[in-house]
Amino acid sequence: MLSADQEKQNSFQRRICEGDLVIVYERHDAMKPVTVRAGSELQNRFGVFKHSDWIGMPFGCKVLSNKGSFVYLLAPTPQLWTLVLSHRTQILYIADISFVVSFLEVVPGCVVLESGTGSGSLTTSLARAVAPFGHVYTFDFHEQRAASAREDFERNGLTRFITVSVRDTQGEGFPEEFCGKADSVFLDLPQPWLAVPSSGKMLKPDGVLCSFSPCIEQVQRSCEALTTNFTDVRTFEVLLRTYEVRDVKFGSLGGDGSGGAVRKPPCKRKNRPSSDEENNGSMERSTSTVMAKPCPETRGHTGFLTFARLRCS
Amino acid sequence: MGEEEGGHSPNPNSKVTWEGCSVLLDINGGDRLVFARLSPAASLKIGDKKCSLQPLVGCPFGSLFQVETGPKGAHLVLVSSPASSSPGMTEGMDPQEKNDGKLKGDEKDNRALIDDNRAQNLTGEDIDAMRRCGASGDEIIEALISNSSTFEKKTVFSQEKYKLKKQKKYAPKVLLRRPFTRSICEAYFKKYPSRIGFLRVDTLSLLLSMANVGAYSDVLVVDMVGGILTGAVAERLGGTGYVCCTYPGSAPYSIDIVRMFNFSSEICSRIVQTSSSSLLSAQDGDDEDDSSSDPPSNKDNGSMISSDEQSKKSTTDGSPVPVPTSVVNAPPTKKSVNPGMPASPDAIKLWKRRGFSSLIVAAPDMDAWSMVDELLPLLSYSSPFAFYHQYLQPLATCMHRLQTEKKAVALQVSESWLREYQVLPSRTHPHMQMSGSGGYILSGTRIFDS
Ligand SMILES: C[S@@+](CC[C@H](N)C(=O)[O-])C[C@H]1O[C@@H](n2cnc3c(N)ncnc32)[C@H](O)[C@@H]1O
Repeated sequence: MLSADQEKQNSFQRRICEGDLVIVYERHDAMKPVTVRAGSELQNRFGVFKHSDWIGMPFGCKVLSNKGSFVYLLAPTPQLWTLVLSHRTQILYIADISFVVSFLEVVPGCVVLESGTGSGSLTTSLARAVAPFGHVYTFDFHEQRAASAREDFERNGLTRFITVSVRDTQGEGFPEEFCGKADSVFLDLPQPWLAVPSSGKMLKPDGVLCSFSPCIEQVQRSCEALTTNFTDVRTFEVLLRTYEVRDVKFGSLGGDGSGGAVRKPPCKRKNRPSSDEENNGSMERSTSTVMAKPCPETRGHTGFLTFARLRCS
Repeated sequence: MGEEEGGHSPNPNSKVTWEGCSVLLDINGGDRLVFARLSPAASLKIGDKKCSLQPLVGCPFGSLFQVETGPKGAHLVLVSSPASSSPGMTEGMDPQEKNDGKLKGDEKDNRALIDDNRAQNLTGEDIDAMRRCGASGDEIIEALISNSSTFEKKTVFSQEKYKLKKQKKYAPKVLLRRPFTRSICEAYFKKYPSRIGFLRVDTLSLLLSMANVGAYSDVLVVDMVGGILTGAVAERLGGTGYVCCTYPGSAPYSIDIVRMFNFSSEICSRIVQTSSSSLLSAQDGDDEDDSSSDPPSNKDNGSMISSDEQSKKSTTDGSPVPVPTSVVNAPPTKKSVNPGMPASPDAIKLWKRRGFSSLIVAAPDMDAWSMVDELLPLLSYSSPFAFYHQYLQPLATCMHRLQTEKKAVALQVSESWLREYQVLPSRTHPHMQMSGSGGYILSGTRIFDS
């Protein structure tokens, strides 16, 4: 995912190779990560796809199944990874992730501590932000989750930037060896306030902490714990609202005598253009305009993000 | 750390200021935000007093200073334990909060309080006299409190508010901040949103994620938002990869905000500019736009700056930095690389051959589709793009065309919503004021289409 090696970066020349991780894209809400192996096949509702057909093709290409249906093969990015990873826990999504990375002031070279690792959704983006000189140390007390996360990072080629450890950070705090070494600390824990004192010890002066909590009671307690050693305590909620874009046809009064009633409802499929054949001729006297409206179903809450800066004294 | 030229940090992640470095000053807990450069002559006007910024040099970012008025005038003094104001009363405090909530154990309320401006026994002359005798700001505040006939009757919460108000007036505090994308964008959005095209910090952060900006990226940007986008991208690249700012016509857009970041020469050298016509010229290696025919003199083929193009320096040079500030700014001494040098013909050739790895457009005054139509072919296959606009409609139209012409997948028009909260015991609620719009984003991934 993050490589200094030109061969592994996106370019017009890059081709899919044996062992590459690709994101198989059917639709914006149907994607799957697949590691390319010459002898393997991918089977889905569109039929059977042979990996051997993919090797040597450019990333971003369309590939066909035995039934003539197609999918796109995309190069993985942290954003796509967040959409396809296996949910072993609740995860952070792009709006929170983007905000966290900016507000934690994570730049290349930073040392970031994180707990818990969970499904590694945020970790992947943190790794992108600290590369190529920095490092993310992430801790989860759940052995199996830590192991699965480690595998995922390896699959994405991120092991150089991430170290996963098993540790109860609420009980024991972060390891002493990181005292005064962290530029930023991120907490996504059930009782984050228990890890706040240790976080304060880990941070460099003026370093930033962020705690993500779904419940306001958690925020309240965390903020209380933060008053001792932190300043600039701020709590936010960030959400992403997505829009449906459609070519909407309105009938106009007069003309065909039908009173301008729209005979055909606008194309139902979300985010899809209505094909020309479908609409041509179905309404003679209609005007068509591309319009946008918020998607009706949306996430109403993810969590509160509390940021604080270690006080200098 | 040692001395520095040109305001460039020796260590990109330095935690201590140096002479010539750019800083963000937060006056009285967010009341006023000022960018300044710590040149020897720099000073700042706080209230009616002018203070030298010299005491800030060599201090860790995050240090808190207080204005003290002595016999020789006002000066900034480092506050060693910046814990004097009660937590939660500073930045997170909602100015709209009028109803004095009851804290635990606070039985008082405001029923007996009469606000007739006669509660204070100290006069302006008294205070001036105290000052002449060298009283500190804190001592003046103490005196004001003990001479206030109503202070004792106030609720704990109101007492805190009273103290804070007096502190702001008689002992203003200055917090030394390191300018990062986050603080620069927030400061501009608060004070001069039009200069950054009303691009809110959460939207900017999304642009960077959605376009997959990270180490080694070659990012093509159209930055008509003053340089905040270019700076944000360069910050994420940390001296690897390139930010290539492109522009139609012959004059690059101003990217002056880039100077607010404390970029090292290494990072500055990764910010280059070129006209879209030179990127789009038909054949590979057709450098019609470059008058200089010298072969690139790069020893290391990593350098993308042509050394002989000083004469074609971008508009960033010489034009005043749009610093929202009252600071007297000595221009940074320039020995090091300026951001925004013209891209070398070699670099352009390479990008044409390989394609860019990200594309971000923030061009509020341009037709979105024409931009996209022109620039998308420069983006390598499977690479993501993100377009910002203040208005929804141009992006909707653009998305529709991209779909119809099957140029991209994973298309999405989105809008970020950001709400800040006041968190205080028994008084937690969203801020009364919030930004209603931070702009819209069209994001997607280019597909292989030939
Ligand atoms: C919600 S998940 C984190 C999700 C993650 N932020 C992501 O984006 O994928 C919370 C994680 O914290 C871990 N956890 C809970 N208590 C912990 C503790 N005391 N020490 C370490 N990890 C803990 C859980 O095992 C779980 O994996």
